Amino acid sequence: MTRLRAPGLLRGGVFFVIGVLFCAALVLVIRAAYGFPSFEGGLTGKAQNAILLVSLLGAPLFFLVGIGAFDYWFYYMAGRPTRPEDHSGHGAYSWKDYFRVNTDHKVIGIQYVVTSFFFMLLGGLLAMIVRAELAAPGMQFVDSNAYNGLFSVHASLMIFLFIIPVFAGLANYVLPLMIGAPDMAFPRLNALSFWMLPVGGIMMAASFFAPGGSFATGWTAYAPLSTDVPIGQMFFTIGVQFAGASSIATALNFLVTIVTMRAPGMSFWRMPLLVWANFSTSLLVVIATPFIAASQFFVLLDYALDFNFFHPASDGDVLMYQHVFWFYSHPAVYIMMLPGFGIISEVISVKARKPIFGYRMMAFSLLAIVLLGFTVWAHHMFVSGMQTWIRIPMMVTTAIIAVPTGIKIFSWLATLWRGVLHLDTPMLFALGFLTMFTLGGISGVMLAMVPLTIHVSDTYFIVAHIHYVLYGGSLFTIFAGVYYWFPKMTGRMFDERLGKMHFWLTFVGFNLTFGPMHLIGVQGMPRRVADYPDQFAGWNLFISLSSFLLGVASLIFVYNMVASWRAGPRAEANPWRALTLEWQVSSPPPVFNFDRVPLVVGGPYEYGVPGAQHGIFQSPAEARPKQPAGTAEGEAET
Amino acid sequence: MSDQPPVASRESRAQVRQMLLIGAVASAVGIALALLIDWFPVPASEQAGPIDTLWDVLLIASVPVFVLVETIVLYCAIKFRMKPGEELKDGPPIHGNTKLEIIWTAIPAILLVALCTYAYVVLTDIEKAEANSMQVRVVGEQFTWTFYYRGENGDEIASPQLYLPANTPVNFTVQSKDVIHDFWVPSFRMKIDAVPGIDTHVRVTTTGRIDEYPVVCAELCGLGHSTMRQSAHVMSREDFDAKLEELANPPEQGGGGGGGGGETDGKTLFTDAAQPTACGSCHTLADAGTTGTTGPDLDDVLGDLSEEQIRQSIVDPNAEITPGFQPNLMPRYGDSLSEEQVDALVQYLMEVKGG
Repeated sequence: MTRLRAPGLLRGGVFFVIGVLFCAALVLVIRAAYGFPSFEGGLTGKAQNAILLVSLLGAPLFFLVGIGAFDYWFYYMAGRPTRPEDHSGHGAYSWKDYFRVNTDHKVIGIQYVVTSFFFMLLGGLLAMIVRAELAAPGMQFVDSNAYNGLFSVHASLMIFLFIIPVFAGLANYVLPLMIGAPDMAFPRLNALSFWMLPVGGIMMAASFFAPGGSFATGWTAYAPLSTDVPIGQMFFTIGVQFAGASSIATALNFLVTIVTMRAPGMSFWRMPLLVWANFSTSLLVVIATPFIAASQFFVLLDYALDFNFFHPASDGDVLMYQHVFWFYSHPAVYIMMLPGFGIISEVISVKARKPIFGYRMMAFSLLAIVLLGFTVWAHHMFVSGMQTWIRIPMMVTTAIIAVPTGIKIFSWLATLWRGVLHLDTPMLFALGFLTMFTLGGISGVMLAMVPLTIHVSDTYFIVAHIHYVLYGGSLFTIFAGVYYWFPKMTGRMFDERLGKMHFWLTFVGFNLTFGPMHLIGVQGMPRRVADYPDQFAGWNLFISLSSFLLGVASLIFVYNMVASWRAGPRAEANPWRALTLEWQVSSPPPVFNFDRVPLVVGGPYEYGVPGAQHGIFQSPAEARPKQPAGTAEGEAET
Repeated sequence: MSDQPPVASRESRAQVRQMLLIGAVASAVGIALALLIDWFPVPASEQAGPIDTLWDVLLIASVPVFVLVETIVLYCAIKFRMKPGEELKDGPPIHGNTKLEIIWTAIPAILLVALCTYAYVVLTDIEKAEANSMQVRVVGEQFTWTFYYRGENGDEIASPQLYLPANTPVNFTVQSKDVIHDFWVPSFRMKIDAVPGIDTHVRVTTTGRIDEYPVVCAELCGLGHSTMRQSAHVMSREDFDAKLEELANPPEQGGGGGGGGGETDGKTLFTDAAQPTACGSCHTLADAGTTGTTGPDLDDVLGDLSEEQIRQSIVDPNAEITPGFQPNLMPRYGDSLSEEQVDALVQYLMEVKGG
């Protein structure tokens, strides 16, 4: 019984069931009050759907209360004496500590990364089924409803449950260490942010079990298609709210952490570029993510309560959905790219043993992308039937955003120049990223050109472009980052031979899979089709076979990670001889990060500068008087 | 880089020259290869020319950028890789070079503005309004297109296929009955969304090439999205006028007009993709040899249905929905088919059921 009352997954499950019952009761009472029949020889279909819908919204909140994400705050709000912080919810001492609300940013970081890779494998599996179906014309394995569901859930999981949160997870782990902080600014909010993530992910994945099948309108969920389909659509609409809330809370946390918790001497111009990148990304998230929340609430209200936002017969405006949606979803592309830029800057500087070329321009170009990122959304709508004049300014801003991106690419190249290149796995992925992302950027500039986009929009050319940007771009940086910080996070070294094999198989498989898609797109194959004319049969078979190679490559990665984490050789504190602060503590770091508060005395990338130092360590006695009162909670106790 | 000893600087310059040479050769080869690929479907509109040329220009501008990055990466990976004994060595501490940074900000900016200007010129060219354009109304619905022409007496003439005269500017007004679709003829290079509630427009000028081209829905519109494919027939002016005449006066009683005998043959109605019905694109039926999966498999469900139910399922499909399928997927064919055509379909399906 005490186990049931203590916060944890068990209590979360119990609360979840209570939540569903509560939502069901609420729906039945309201339906009765309005005089709608709920029972006709069993529950009516409408009552079932209503209960399911309200449960999707309400039951996860019960679950979050149940696992204890709100315990501390409830004590506080109720005016009861708050329990003195004994750090019992901080740090991981056994694997079980990863399955409860934990306030340690390092534990949360690992929770994030592992959870998002789980959803990456799930999303990848869905992609494999999609490619199996597309291997030959006609329908072989799934029907068109299931097919549309497969690619919709694939994209949604990859975007909302993998790329965005895995970056948040990596940064969660290394960012406080990099700026010399004992933790994030709001550890309890951090824990809540994480636990909203599996809620959103499980909801999206579970949509396959919904009556009528999963949501099948693409990750874009264009209205009015999305407001007039089976209940599965709501698993996306509401799942996105949880993933989005998680994202916003984490971004606020990063912003406050970066602004207020930098170690003494860590000025903005001494911050590693990963910190700059996450600062920029967090700005994007905080400003943009509420827009996708809004767009999906519109859909929810249209779907459930006939608000007619998007029904032209009732004066709804169909194009409004796209404007609100893309006002988030274009910046989202940069939310999925800027943290990767940060990772690449770290890896390339350390592995080329040279300072980052043009450090300040690297930081400024991040901010330029943040600003410009908000001015290009309508380039997704060149053929949507919106006012035609908007296309021209959006074409120009879209092309211009390639300038700050170009600055970054050229600066990385100049960083490589005459360095001493350590071509190990993280560096290979970084170099692979440079070339593949350039290709994605080039097709992006092509797509800025309105006349060409009129022909290729909604074709496989777009599919090729986004995969070059998000797979060749984001995912390569994620792999680079995971290999790079694997020793720090786990205290073990990964298998370098398997890592290299993973890189080469991924690099080759990726290009064979997505390269030909440019061609079949220009030739006229539309995207999101379950079936296609025979003229595209040859290339599609080739693409499917290549994609299976890519699938095998991912399994090598998983094996390497699992095996190395369990039994890899012990890692030193600083195997890469890096200067940034996270490498100056043990691998894995102590629970409160720094036994001695670091004092930052120089830039983070001073490789090759004789006698250069980034951080020096003081004893706690020296450092303590500088800490204002009240921050002692997370401070090092040696 | 002024703090570099002169020897290193000279060596560095030689390396840059060597790399630029490799890059230039690789770019030339890359551009040649890129231009050799047969990218586009057959061009069938005046718009195709400028768009295809824009594509070639973009390729010529893009390949050197990609080759430049690729060459530098490969050159560095080969030339500057850590050699045995260099494990603890660092590279030279170069922090930046203002001149270089200005160059690689300015040159791409100029290149991009130039490309945008060119694209703008192409855009005004392909979208300019031609005098005496033919008007065609295109209506999308799940999962078919219908094309409406203005007849001589002012009546609208509906057609399940797109017929266009050669060498003629056409102004399409695109509409949707339900969700968003996208009207695209790849050979014309032009597309525009069909948006419920508003009229959208796209202009195409056909060339003299007489042929048949696919009409594709490019915007995900639901279960039958991939089956929403029809044909655009570009024909001589005389053939087009004759076709319009035939569409305006459909050979209702059978036997009249070219190919009219097939109009009321149920099996043809069921299978032929040129028919407005083309039931087989959504329904599986062994007798007709069709394998569509968007709608119920008729081999399974037909046996349980009476003649009246079959008729109702065609005329007003939402009256009764097969379990496991959504309402509003199938158009109400009672609105678009003649009495004879419905009779022929019902008769055919009853024969299949009986046999």
